[in-house]
Amino acid sequence: MTDLSSNPVKAVPSARPNSGSLYQRDTRTRRRNAAEKRFRAYGLTAILIAVLALAFLVTTIIRDGSGAFRQTYLSIPVALDAEILDPQGNRDPAQMASVLTLSYGQVLDRALDRAVADLNLQIPGLQDGDVDGLVSRDASAQLRRMVLDNPELVGQTVDVNVLVNGRIDGYFKGRVTMQSAERDSNVSPQQLLLAEALRDEGLLVTRFNREFLTNADASDQRPEAAGVGVAMLGSLYMMLVVLFLAVPIGVAASIYLEEFAPKNRITDIIEVNISNLAAVPSIVFGILGLAVFINFVGLPQSAPIVGGLVLTLMTLPTIIIATRAALKSVPPSIRDAALGVGASKMQTVFHHVLPLAMPGILTGTIIGLAQALGETAPLLLIGMVAFVREFPAAPPEGLFDPASALPVQVYNWTQRSDPAFVERASGAIIVLLVFLLCMNLLAIYLRRKFERRW
Amino acid sequence: MKFLGLGATALSVIALTATAASARDQVQVAGSSTVLPYSTIVAELFGENTDFATPVIESGGSSTGLRRFCEGVGPNTIDIANSSRAMRETEVAECAANGVTDIIEVRFGYDGIVFASAADGNEFALTPADVFNALAARRVVDGAVVDNTATNWAEVNPDLPDQEILVFVPGTRHGTREVFEEKVIIQGCADSGAKEVFEAELSEEDAKEACVRLRTDGRSIDIDGDYTETLARIGSSPNGIGVFGLSFYENNTDTLRVATINGVVPSTETISSGEYPVSRPLFFYVKKAHIGVIPGLKEFAEFFVSDAIAGPNGPLAAYGLVSDPELASVQQTVADEVTMQ
Repeated sequence: MTDLSSNPVKAVPSARPNSGSLYQRDTRTRRRNAAEKRFRAYGLTAILIAVLALAFLVTTIIRDGSGAFRQTYLSIPVALDAEILDPQGNRDPAQMASVLTLSYGQVLDRALDRAVADLNLQIPGLQDGDVDGLVSRDASAQLRRMVLDNPELVGQTVDVNVLVNGRIDGYFKGRVTMQSAERDSNVSPQQLLLAEALRDEGLLVTRFNREFLTNADASDQRPEAAGVGVAMLGSLYMMLVVLFLAVPIGVAASIYLEEFAPKNRITDIIEVNISNLAAVPSIVFGILGLAVFINFVGLPQSAPIVGGLVLTLMTLPTIIIATRAALKSVPPSIRDAALGVGASKMQTVFHHVLPLAMPGILTGTIIGLAQALGETAPLLLIGMVAFVREFPAAPPEGLFDPASALPVQVYNWTQRSDPAFVERASGAIIVLLVFLLCMNLLAIYLRRKFERRW
Repeated sequence: MKFLGLGATALSVIALTATAASARDQVQVAGSSTVLPYSTIVAELFGENTDFATPVIESGGSSTGLRRFCEGVGPNTIDIANSSRAMRETEVAECAANGVTDIIEVRFGYDGIVFASAADGNEFALTPADVFNALAARRVVDGAVVDNTATNWAEVNPDLPDQEILVFVPGTRHGTREVFEEKVIIQGCADSGAKEVFEAELSEEDAKEACVRLRTDGRSIDIDGDYTETLARIGSSPNGIGVFGLSFYENNTDTLRVATINGVVPSTETISSGEYPVSRPLFFYVKKAHIGVIPGLKEFAEFFVSDAIAGPNGPLAAYGLVSDPELASVQQTVADEVTMQ
């Protein structure tokens, strides 16, 4: 830039001799060309830095997070001991429900011990407790659900496919090594050797983990069972609320402001305020949401409806600004022509201006939605940054059930003590990025599809 | 037009259901991030083993949780506050002012606080006095109060390794900080004889203040985030020592090496026997007015403190909780809904 401005004509009067030949570049032309080259180089460097940063971000996330989409499972036969699981012996599900998952853990431990003994594996230094620690704590819950759904299974031996403990799973993903296992109080190298032997026998399989997308969050003790199901549903519900509230309100407001409202001091003030609101930190909307929707209106905490309402407030300015810009870009000749053939003002707007402005409106809306999808701060105050395991019901009732959200899930998982949650958090980021990518692709597609040229 | 119509319909549906929305059917909990993992483990098991919905658990810190707990009575307020310290007088008064008068205090176990450094670093055998001398803003050398300029652990105590002093301590918004100050720094202040010197010069209150004032020259760093942040800081500066909860350390023994205090290795056993000095009770507070209104509230509290869960062989102990030796009386408190005085 300095080159351009420090290059006034009077500074280099002698550098421009009237030699005349157009084939010979004079000093001034050379400087101008050099300045342009430099500018291009700066631009290219900027883009290159941005691309490198993005590539770094994406590769780290994919490297850390791809593991979340693969999970290790163990299939073993389990003898469902009637003495433990149905002490009354009458197969009454109501009475069998009093048997806690902890008892199912015992059943599972026995089955494991037997399976390992049957295989006759020789692993030096293997201790009794090591075999039990192989499967996830979620496995006993899975077994209990299975038995309560079908009490007739008690007394039989069934083949089950259960999750493997997070540390063992981490070993097959390269997160846990023999060296780290030696220092780790939660896993021993013998367990890893045993797991390897079981894998060689074909009992232990690492496969695609669909459950990551459908499971709810899990506690610190079973990272292997944690999934983004509830969070995805919560995010979806919030986006529905935002879509159904922010779009009509935002578009209506912009049409009125742009086409009907008189241009006076009041509309000027409103305009300034809208631009201002677009830049207000999102946490402010969270405080507002807590005060208005929860404390005043009495809506429940942790509910997607409140999250959706807060995000609606946050997205409205973005949508209004984008819509007004789109309406402004429709040439006045269209309006004049419509009015000229006798259309009313409203007909002009809805039949001619709005359809032409639609691509711009859609793009603005989708960008606003994408922004809302990634928001965590306003959700903190309305109780959505929480551990939620129950899936919300179908809308509209489900909008009032507690739910989490995708960015919240990422935030929650980065705070857990078990290192396996790092992988989960990155996995959730991948899901979030895929969502955002889809939304942006949709925005581009819609814009292309409805685009008009004059 | 279609847009507007659709929006209007949606609005009316939402307005209708909003008025019809009844009391919630799941327990809501908020508070200490130290108690959070225990609370989620219990909530998970509770949801799995009973017909009640899994409670919703928020984090945010002991003080935040208790403030929200004290906001009032009604389905829009939380039912249980988790806390890594006992409720303060002022908080009880605030609760009472908002109509929350009957509060059941439940102490469900103890948590140890440990010093840990990178697994491949030096071994540390600390005493509270060492920590005080390394971290206090002013310490006592040969009977005179001097500004703390020690840069190396060996300078503080020749038996300690020759390593730069760099400690990550929990920030003031954490309940852990209070315990750290009380059980380590003030103890160290007394053990090193600094307290006596301070008290001779200042009033008792000021002497305590002088004890807990940590140095600000970058040797003692406040961490306002969670333990995962402390862990990340140790990862990037291998000379650092971090203050962690015992359960967090036990989940990361592959990357962390724990320091002994007074020669005792922290573990659930040494903490419950009282040998390891730095521990604190963990609490949750139940709003009695919500029992019978929110389904499963009392059942959840009872489930939490039952022997199968909070006992020495339960899943909480496996995660790092030091179970309460007086668990039976705690169970009785919950069963009888005995409120705080």
